[in-house]
Amino acid sequence: MDCQTTAMLDRSFAALADPTRRAILLQAAQGEAGVMELAAPFEMSQPAVTRHIKVLTDAGLIKRRSQGTKRLCRLSPDGLDNIAPWLTMLSDAYGAKYNQLDVVLARMADGPT
Amino acid sequence: MPPLTLITHGDANVTVTRRFAAPSEHVYRAHLEPDLIRQWIIAMPGWSMPICETDSQVGGEFHFAWDDGEGGGFAITGQYILLDPNQRIEHVERMHIPDPTPDNHIETTFEVDGAGTLLALEMTLPDSAARQEMLDMGAADGMDASYAMLDAIAF
Repeated sequence: MDCQTTAMLDRSFAALADPTRRAILLQAAQGEAGVMELAAPFEMSQPAVTRHIKVLTDAGLIKRRSQGTKRLCRLSPDGLDNIAPWLTMLSDAYGAKYNQLDVVLARMADGPT
Repeated sequence: MPPLTLITHGDANVTVTRRFAAPSEHVYRAHLEPDLIRQWIIAMPGWSMPICETDSQVGGEFHFAWDDGEGGGFAITGQYILLDPNQRIEHVERMHIPDPTPDNHIETTFEVDGAGTLLALEMTLPDSAARQEMLDMGAADGMDASYAMLDAIAF
């Protein structure tokens, strides 16, 4: 994994650490929406929601585009994929280690323990 | 091989589950006794484990060190917080690469599952600085070093 991917991964985890941002992300997953629509379910000001959206955008989790005067947000699947390589690496490591533990446990069952 | 599941939850927590076809006494012992740990915790060819010491009592410390045979390596030290024989191990650990990373809290449970054991391990993901150090080491020494550390952490 290169440094750029790692930096993006760090931003993704930081962005996802906040429950409000996770909720905004779920809203955005329903389909493309304006900032006001995304903000509607939350009791917070539009600037506060805009700040959360900026963090999600910087982390590559949300993509934004303009349509006339309207700013639209949608989920960026690429951003979520960034977390996957790290977890895959972790899963591979545990897989290999536990397969070896199987061998050790079989030896314990056979021989004097 | 029984499947391994890895799920994330909360901010940066990961739970790993895996079934073993062995009684929980054996799986528990394989996590605490140095002679057994040595047989499964090192997976990288060419690496050795010159230090493998455990003081398996509540408050007891453990110390593992790995050597890549070319002057590189890293260590893990930690302390047992709770030892519930054949059922649960709770410990903290940190990596020394060579500066210590923040403590990572890990809970491993061993649940009787028929004739076998269901192991569940809950850990916090290493923080971004520790992940970066692991990846930097991988960039310098080849990905083997990163994988060796991933193999070593949180067992």
